[in-house]
Amino acid sequence: MSPGPLCADDLRAVALEVLDLATRAGATAADAVAVQHAAFSAGVRLGALEKLSDARQKRLGLRVCVGERTAVAATADLTRDGLAHLATDAVALARATQPDPANGLPVRTALATETPDLDLYDATAETPSPDAALERARAAEVAALESDPRLTNSEGAEFSQDAATIAYASTLGFNAAYRSSSFHLGVEPVATSDGRMQRDYWYARARHLDRLEEPVAIGKRAAARTLRRLGARRLPTQEAPVVFEAEVAASLLRHIAAAVVGQSLYRGTSFLLGKLGEMVAAPLVTVVDDGRLPAGHGSRPFDAEGLPTRRTVVIEGGRLTSYLLDTYAARRLGLVATGNAARAVGEAPSAAPTNLYLEAGSHTPEAIIATLDRGLIVTELIGFGVNGVTGDYSRGAAGLWVEHGEIVHPVEEVTIAGNLLDMFRDIELVGNDLLFRGSVAAPTLKVRRMTIAGA
Amino acid sequence: MGDVLRPERFFRERYGVSEGTLERVLGSALARHADYGDLYFEFRTSETLALEDGLVKRASKDVSQGAGVRVVAGDKTGYAYSDDVTVSTLEHAAKTAGHIAATASDARAVAIRPATAPHDLYALPSPPLDTPLADKIALLEAVDREARRHDPRITNVLASLAIEHKLVMIATSAGTVVSDVQPLARLHIACIAQDGGQRQQGTYGGGGRQAFAFLLDGSRHLRFAREAARQAILNFEAVDAPAGEMTVVLGPGWPGILLHEAIGHGLEGDFNRKGTSAFARLLGTKVASELCTVIDDGTLPNRRGSLNVDDEGTPTARTVLIERGVLRGYLQDRLNARLMGVAPTGNGRRESYAHAPMPRMTNTFMLAGDATPQEIIRSVERGLYAVAFGGGQVDITSGKFVFSASEAYLIEHGTIGRPVKGATLIGNGPDVLTRIGMVGHDLALDEGIGTCGKNGQSVPVGVGLPTVRIDGLTVGGTRAETGSQRP
Repeated sequence: MSPGPLCADDLRAVALEVLDLATRAGATAADAVAVQHAAFSAGVRLGALEKLSDARQKRLGLRVCVGERTAVAATADLTRDGLAHLATDAVALARATQPDPANGLPVRTALATETPDLDLYDATAETPSPDAALERARAAEVAALESDPRLTNSEGAEFSQDAATIAYASTLGFNAAYRSSSFHLGVEPVATSDGRMQRDYWYARARHLDRLEEPVAIGKRAAARTLRRLGARRLPTQEAPVVFEAEVAASLLRHIAAAVVGQSLYRGTSFLLGKLGEMVAAPLVTVVDDGRLPAGHGSRPFDAEGLPTRRTVVIEGGRLTSYLLDTYAARRLGLVATGNAARAVGEAPSAAPTNLYLEAGSHTPEAIIATLDRGLIVTELIGFGVNGVTGDYSRGAAGLWVEHGEIVHPVEEVTIAGNLLDMFRDIELVGNDLLFRGSVAAPTLKVRRMTIAGA
Repeated sequence: MGDVLRPERFFRERYGVSEGTLERVLGSALARHADYGDLYFEFRTSETLALEDGLVKRASKDVSQGAGVRVVAGDKTGYAYSDDVTVSTLEHAAKTAGHIAATASDARAVAIRPATAPHDLYALPSPPLDTPLADKIALLEAVDREARRHDPRITNVLASLAIEHKLVMIATSAGTVVSDVQPLARLHIACIAQDGGQRQQGTYGGGGRQAFAFLLDGSRHLRFAREAARQAILNFEAVDAPAGEMTVVLGPGWPGILLHEAIGHGLEGDFNRKGTSAFARLLGTKVASELCTVIDDGTLPNRRGSLNVDDEGTPTARTVLIERGVLRGYLQDRLNARLMGVAPTGNGRRESYAHAPMPRMTNTFMLAGDATPQEIIRSVERGLYAVAFGGGQVDITSGKFVFSASEAYLIEHGTIGRPVKGATLIGNGPDVLTRIGMVGHDLALDEGIGTCGKNGQSVPVGVGLPTVRIDGLTVGGTRAETGSQRP
């Protein structure tokens, strides 16, 4: 609200102050993350201003260790009094828990020694320009709705920006901060034909405003995606090849991510448990996690425990080569942390991907579709029907039916089902269209065969 | 935390927010031609304890605070929020939010009158946050022992106890100030089982706006533990689920997520005011079989989805959505109710001070019918009987919805047969309830585990259902059979 500048030094100082208070309260080790956000968004609907939002937030999360016991506490009250309460609460909570020798901070020698500039910050994110924001949203929506008379309605278009400063400090002597920014523009038109409606959306996201895709291009893409759904039908229940558009292929990678993060392995909740070194995908599949991609949506100079981020090959030529680990998970599994610790301010660190992607292949999406004699292109997936323990997969789908290499009609109200291990081993073709719209990305993928349930 | 203060006094003493401050800030918020404005203050303490490997090794406590200022002009909303609650940040926020209104006018005088909620649905002698940590840890340890005792193949138990204590105060430009104390507790259990090279998982849990003792009543926590363990073990026997359209019988309770996805979201006022819901303009028409009466009720005592007042200060209510098959009402917040010319229904909810409210469900359920569950099963020659579900989702505009079964059985010749693997069920919201052929007398509400997401905001909700028979729904298994026919 009061538009104060984001000050990394202030946040670092607060983090150090709370570490001192924690130590006095009885912590044998501690680390703290302090985050400050300034967010702004503007939305239009049917050409008119619909919403404006402006926000300031500052929060601090503290992890304390008392010997082999640990707990986490978080607050928005950064006064000395507030921090002192936080420290005593955290220490009291830690004393109530049971010890685990795997708890604790990383070893000092593993810590990052520098904070590389990964091109994550655009200072314009700090100072919103409501008029320019509205103009972008309006231009995207107009471009969408003007594309075709069947686009009769809209859930609107929204432009948003976020500037953040993230500071991390620990009693090992680590104390560093970095800034990041993000800009987003999305539009969701609604089309009507024969009394039935369809919606779809498109969006762009970038860390720098001047690298954000043009509003008109976003609007036109949203319009085309919505229009192609008109007249959608169900399919008869059958087995058929399935092509995942890049945007939905990324969701398959998120299931891989959930199966290779440390906590899923030591808890035994991953379908990839015990498969390190084994073929878990077709040989043309290589999956990489890279925390240092310049301007990447998941990039960060160091992880949430102060370890340097890095490039980790998760699947190489179909073989599972590495898990993604934070310090605790690494100790539990007898492996080495991979710089993948992440944490919400109020939570303990756990492993998460940074920028996770499936390496591009050589086929254009059009060439992949041309290989379908009869098959389904999936353009949207809904629901949560994925069992992370067994890899069993069953989700609602919408898309396009292909015969003899040509799209013949849109499809809705069907499910696609299989098992993630079979699906990844059955990847026949990988597209050349890898683009990062978020921190997890994949190109178009063709899976040899899945069960489609419909009429 | 021992806060016995009423929220009004708490916010006044902690942040210096007096009635005079509220009047002045609301006045600035309406300094342009706005229709409406409100202030939402929140102070939330949450505590989570988690057990794994038989030990409570993870604990966290989170205190969040903040205030949101909203200004509404026509269908436009300005919203500003901050976690730094001072009179000057509030005034600044009011001006920022007020920019939504096009033209300047004189600051408006607002006179504040404290109001009280018409019901007191979850007054607890001792909120769950106040229960000693040792008792909570003992509960989790008992859950772990019970689950492992159920079957030696249970190799790990992940149990968490999440407790929240929220103080809110809402001041509106209509002059009302209303506050509420909102406790919430939830026990969640996941059991991992191993048999040879096979691993399976079962989950269960529950809670509500309840005291800690609720979880121990009748050894509820141990029953939850056995349920999670039973589901994990059952999955070893599960065969591939069928694929295709078939008769589906849903068991009572949590399968009511059907109503939440197929009907509830599509009846939220915002989508209907904008005409983007598949249910838009269907008021007064038949959208379900005459056996179906569907209610959203935020006034059920101690339920997870209940509130004394919604997050705009409107008292919660019981709203008939579908009466004997006919669409009767939408779920409304203030903005959409005003634009549609109807009364708000007490469904304006928000995740926190960092979010503007919108129409949301509370506890959504179908009234009981006459059939016995046995009659319903017996009436099915071949189909699926689904009793436990994970999450669901809906495309409001096309009306297509999914919900994913985690425990289901084949029905053959009127008898429950083998368990099948989890599968997603998909259907069309505006017509799925027209296919309800039988409704059981066994209405049950869920155990208190549900969280609903919409536009990035999560709120606790409840669902309920009697046993029902749906004559045709697509089951998304892997076993595609020739001869899978419409019934």
